[in-house]
Amino acid sequence: MTSETLVEIKGLNFSYGERSILNGIDMTMFRGKVIAIMGGSGSGKTTLLRLIGGAIRPSAGYVKIAGKIVHELKRDELFQMRRKMSMLFQFGALFTDLSVFDNVAFQMREHTDLSESMIRDLVLMKLQAVGLRGTHDLMPAQLSGGMARRVALARSIALDPLLIMYDEPFTGLDPISLTVIGNLIRRLTDALGMTSIVVTHDVQESLKIVDYVYFISEGVIAAHGTPAEVRESVAPFVHQFVYGEEDGPIPFHYPAEAYASDLKLEGSFA
Amino acid sequence: MPRRIVVGIRGVGHRVIDSIWRLGYASRFFLLTLLKSGTSFRRFGLIIRELYFTGVLSLIIIVVSGLFVGMVLGLQGYETLQRFGAESAVGTMVALSLVRELGPVVAALLFASRAGSAITAEIGLMKATDQLAAMEMMAVDPIARVVAPRFWAGVISMPFLAALFSVVGVFGGYLIAVVLIGVDEGSFWSQMQNAVDFRYDIVNGVIKTCVFGVAVTAIAVFEGYDASPTAEGVSGATTRTVVTSALAILGLDFVLTSVMFRGMS
Repeated sequence: MTSETLVEIKGLNFSYGERSILNGIDMTMFRGKVIAIMGGSGSGKTTLLRLIGGAIRPSAGYVKIAGKIVHELKRDELFQMRRKMSMLFQFGALFTDLSVFDNVAFQMREHTDLSESMIRDLVLMKLQAVGLRGTHDLMPAQLSGGMARRVALARSIALDPLLIMYDEPFTGLDPISLTVIGNLIRRLTDALGMTSIVVTHDVQESLKIVDYVYFISEGVIAAHGTPAEVRESVAPFVHQFVYGEEDGPIPFHYPAEAYASDLKLEGSFA
Repeated sequence: MPRRIVVGIRGVGHRVIDSIWRLGYASRFFLLTLLKSGTSFRRFGLIIRELYFTGVLSLIIIVVSGLFVGMVLGLQGYETLQRFGAESAVGTMVALSLVRELGPVVAALLFASRAGSAITAEIGLMKATDQLAAMEMMAVDPIARVVAPRFWAGVISMPFLAALFSVVGVFGGYLIAVVLIGVDEGSFWSQMQNAVDFRYDIVNGVIKTCVFGVAVTAIAVFEGYDASPTAEGVSGATTRTVVTSALAILGLDFVLTSVMFRGMS
């Protein structure tokens, strides 16, 4: 197994106006590995994916992929780099006006000069890899949520990328689809030798398939380690997150004024 | 009281600045659409597919509306002209009304309601369901791949739809005036032929439809692309497309008419 670095993130900051989202993120991701980025809702996980994909620019720091700093690339260079990376969106983001076949063939037709017969063979191979070769004539509206995500996975591996980012791939899936998607991520990563970054808050499913985990909380990396280290961790944040405890460093209440003062009860009983 | 005035003035200022900013953004978007239109013409199939959705699927509403507008013009024209004993000029009145004004304007209004709103809703929903973001991540520019083909399909469709509207309208006028009321058929067609000038009436009408086509489709694609990615955002964008397009059509029509037909006999 190679340990060559594919993605390097150093001192990454990002804010929307005055509101800081990410603050001094450092990460290193190696080729051929599945890396999970976990954290509660609104912790900045998806923003981090958008920064890695070059959709937004950092306020400070950088994301380097295969030796190139993403936010310094010109648009053409960024598009060139994106041909080697892919992203699976939360609900698949299949093109609803195209059939399953045309969705998977989309990038091949846009970026290559392959003949239609070659494209047909490749599309069927990609669909076979996710177990949905029989659906190639269907439209996205005819697929279940889990099937749509598998087709999107087939589409994202269409050009054999070096890096795939998954944005909440397990959300809203039944237990069987959830296991299927998890296993597919692991199998495809190993088979194609690519790197997978999985943004999720599904702890149990992720720990089964990933090589390394980063926890993000309030814009900083709160903890990181291998799945075994994470399971045995006694750090209060990690423990609360992994075991889904209500009490811990992650507060249940959103910051607000004192309850009594909000209800205008102060001094009522004096 | 002074504070209220300050807040009010500040609110007006914000709205003005926002409107100017949005106008600038829309202009930049329009220029980008033109610049990135190369793909659409190299792969003309993309435009043909959209021509079906914007043009062919608008045929029914255009034909039916054109027929009724022509029939109403025939009735009203006959009713007014016969007071002066000039009922044989009903053909001229129907044709000039349709070719100069009603054809381009009503067809454009119908086009904005039928095709413009559909374009906005489609692009807005593509944005809301991350399809545009997915395309960007696949190194495919959504303006070149999604916006430009729809824009050009709208621009190409509009003159043909307006021409069809006028033709069917004239036929509607003929049905009422000649077939139903009994105006002399020879006078109906010959007076129309003499009165309608190719350069001043037909060409100016076609220029109007081209301008309306550009305006309506540019508004529709921009509103879709700029829609907030929520159900409410897409619904608001669709409404804005219809309202803004209608105002733009009527405003542009006044400007074009005053330039084209000023001083004409």
